[in-house]
Amino acid sequence: MNTVTDQSPDQSPDPSTAPATEPAPLPRPIWGRHLLVLAVIAVVLVPLPLLLPPNTQAVAVRVLIFALMAVGWNIMSGFGGMFSFGHAAYFGLGAYVSVWLLVNHGVSPWIGLLVGMLVAAAFATLIGFLALRYRLKGAYFALSTFAFAEMLRLLAINSDFVNRAVGYNVPLRPEFSLAFMQFAPGSPAYFWIALGLTVAAIAVSILFLRSRTGRFLVAVRDDEDAAAAVGVPVMRTKLVTMALSAAVTSVAGTFYAQYYFFIDPDVAFGSSVSIQAILPAVIGGVATIWGPAIGALVLGPLNDVTATLLRNPPAALSFLEGRAGLDVIVYALLLILIVLLLPQGIYGALRDRWRRR
Amino acid sequence: MSLLEVRNVSRSFQGLKAVDDVSFDVKEGSILGIIGPNGAGKTTLFNLVAGAITPQAGTVTLDGRDITGFAPHKVAQAGMVRTFQLMKPFGSVSVLENVAVAAMAAGTSRHDASKAAAQIVERVGLGRWRDLQSSGLPTAGLKRLELARALAVRPRVLLLDEVLAGLTPTERAPVMELLEALRAEDGVTLVFVEHIMAAVMRLSDSVLVLDQGRVLMSGSPQEVTSDPRVIEAYLGQEPTDVAT
Amino acid sequence: MTEQIPSATAPTVAEGEGHTSSPRLWARVPWTRVAIGVGFFVVAIALAYLRAGNGDVVRQAVLTGILIGGVYGLVAMGLTLIFGVLDIVNFAHGAFLAVALYITVTMVSRLGVNPLVALFVAVPVMFLLGAGVQRFVLAGAMGKPLENQLLITLGLALLIDNVLLMSFGPNPQSVKLPGDTGVQIFGAVATVSRLLAFGVAIVLAALLYVLLQRTRLGTAIRAVAANEAGAQLVGIDTRRIYMATFAIGTACAGAAGVLVAPLVTIEPTTGELFNIIAFVVVVLGGMGNVIGALVGGLIIGLTEQLGALYFPGQSPLLSVFVVFVLVLFLRPQGLFGKAS
Repeated sequence: MNTVTDQSPDQSPDPSTAPATEPAPLPRPIWGRHLLVLAVIAVVLVPLPLLLPPNTQAVAVRVLIFALMAVGWNIMSGFGGMFSFGHAAYFGLGAYVSVWLLVNHGVSPWIGLLVGMLVAAAFATLIGFLALRYRLKGAYFALSTFAFAEMLRLLAINSDFVNRAVGYNVPLRPEFSLAFMQFAPGSPAYFWIALGLTVAAIAVSILFLRSRTGRFLVAVRDDEDAAAAVGVPVMRTKLVTMALSAAVTSVAGTFYAQYYFFIDPDVAFGSSVSIQAILPAVIGGVATIWGPAIGALVLGPLNDVTATLLRNPPAALSFLEGRAGLDVIVYALLLILIVLLLPQGIYGALRDRWRRR
Repeated sequence: MSLLEVRNVSRSFQGLKAVDDVSFDVKEGSILGIIGPNGAGKTTLFNLVAGAITPQAGTVTLDGRDITGFAPHKVAQAGMVRTFQLMKPFGSVSVLENVAVAAMAAGTSRHDASKAAAQIVERVGLGRWRDLQSSGLPTAGLKRLELARALAVRPRVLLLDEVLAGLTPTERAPVMELLEALRAEDGVTLVFVEHIMAAVMRLSDSVLVLDQGRVLMSGSPQEVTSDPRVIEAYLGQEPTDVAT
Repeated sequence: MTEQIPSATAPTVAEGEGHTSSPRLWARVPWTRVAIGVGFFVVAIALAYLRAGNGDVVRQAVLTGILIGGVYGLVAMGLTLIFGVLDIVNFAHGAFLAVALYITVTMVSRLGVNPLVALFVAVPVMFLLGAGVQRFVLAGAMGKPLENQLLITLGLALLIDNVLLMSFGPNPQSVKLPGDTGVQIFGAVATVSRLLAFGVAIVLAALLYVLLQRTRLGTAIRAVAANEAGAQLVGIDTRRIYMATFAIGTACAGAAGVLVAPLVTIEPTTGELFNIIAFVVVVLGGMGNVIGALVGGLIIGLTEQLGALYFPGQSPLLSVFVVFVLVLFLRPQGLFGKAS
């Protein structure tokens, strides 16, 4: 049946572990090529805002924000296998920390971005430590992440320190300034910054997977006991992963606030934010490098497609005119169908098909 | 002084004494076989020594250093690595990567880890399968992978939990040769739990017999197999294990 | 993830009808814990007195907490039943409740009936909806990783919420129970609608208990919860049991939806709040423990109300989450599970 004769798997006395067919060799990870592809994509996308009609630029920026959130989520929950239902916590911290610093102390959002990353990473390390210390797994782990995000939301709603439910408007500056991440409405600079941040995030996730800790992480995800038995520091690996994941998602929060000029507890910490971090990764392909970006590319424009449809519905759908909710209905259907039919996601399914050739 | 000293280790679960006041020594470069009927506490003893479970009493000393209650990864970093009876591969990655991760965990640089892993994978006879996804390996391959991963840590003491179980006699021979070579060439100290008496007789310098969580006796393989208490403990217990 | 679930003893399937207990659903009454719980309760009330300095406020909080807690218990019983039998963490449970809210709204506004009459429509409708969802959506993901089921139910929740949004619009609606006046109880005031919600919820919870304990279907459900493979061996059609269980669980959410309709502002997202609370209650009572869910519901109802006295100005939900996180960390097996 196969060419390996000296230790043929057919001799295996335990049929349940003997493979039905010889498994295909796994391709060696080609990190260098991933980075190269990323660089090429980045360069190709740079002129995009100059080519796109102005009103679609907002869609492109939204795609990038989705991608950034999901790349962060994917590090912890995809590659790390620790399902987070509370990434709103990190997105929200990124948004609130940077805006709070800007509004109250005039600190540049670029500094705020870094501080936000640190705060989000610290918070993730704290709740990660608690969750791991008390050995929360599976549903319990997911629910605990959810609970922490909701607690932040409720605290924000009821704290004068951050303006309660009112939230913040990002103050408009008299002049446009790169130092304060503020440009003319519709300026391509927003796209370029979002692109730069997203590309950096994907590069970080590639480099992370290539790193010692990243490879430990995959081992820990596959079998925690076996990883510990060969000397992998399980707790540290997981905490570093959570911190990195949180930091990446917090960047999306900071940029979101500067782009839309407004945050409040629901926008920053609401459970729909957590869902927005999960959906692109699931649709594109969990635990793949390109899945989150591909998923974001699918999800980002949906809003506008459905909005257009609802403004001017074809005759058959005229009853939909002026109704809200269709975009989320499409997301939700997409999510259910992908999980049922393409659990590897779009990129994962394509990759597997390509490998099998 | 012995390399590994286990002193009066005990652990009970819900009042049931799984390991009760067990002590043994292992000299550097020697091989200790641990035998006992099913449920004698062999795997629990391994878990206690390797840090997977904390002993309620007693101490574990490795090369003069008290490692009692160390987390499993600390025990591995201290130079003692265990394998699992039920194989636990890092299923999503290749055979080679399984071993390379272990090498990195021992502090080897990423570049050297790949090279070391390739050598070890050859040595345990998994060379042809090194690029396969490890979850697809058959039992014999997974057992070797357990061994390869443990070796990549370059341990001073190797705790092997039934590495031969589930293998056919033809598959066992090369593994036993490998274990002997490990001791002779690499100076690795081995402690192994095994049901297959032929292997225990051939490999062990000394044998520890556990029964109901306690040390029934210890001695040379010959002493142990001729002792009436041992025969009694095994009576009615899977005679095939004793016979082989 | 089942390693977290304290299936206390090795489950046996070949139990007789009714009286013997399978560990997940029917923990025996743990009297010491009940005593500790009552102790906690007394301390909590004493603290509330000190904090509020006013007995009326505390009495009102306790009464309101217990009344709404009964409804929480009913919602959570459905959720915990689904978890215990299907091992699914159902994020759509609150959305099902919201469907029942809108069934009630529609019946009251179109037909002018008493809101409670909607029970006779909402419960069967939700039962069928649950059965359909399980059969046609969730069945395809049985045995898959936890994340898949979690994501599917999340998708269902989004889908249902937004279908409601499209159909009924975002404007808050309300339902009035005719003759809904205040009633004096122990110096506190309860509205008739709250009393009715509590009373009916407890009756339904008791019916559910009897259904599980005394009927063939209930025995089969408990058998599947305790040991699926064993249940299959003795000839139980597990697929049918899965469907029935999900349908019963959803019907619980439906009944609770009708009962709370006069008490809440009805929006498409109203169900989310109940979903969150039901999760807390389920974890508190021990995932899969039906009686635990009822008791947990009462505790969370009280926590919410007394918490508002402890932390004035904070959302009552905050104290619920504090309790949630403490329970997750300190007793993930719930109040009535055995320590692992």
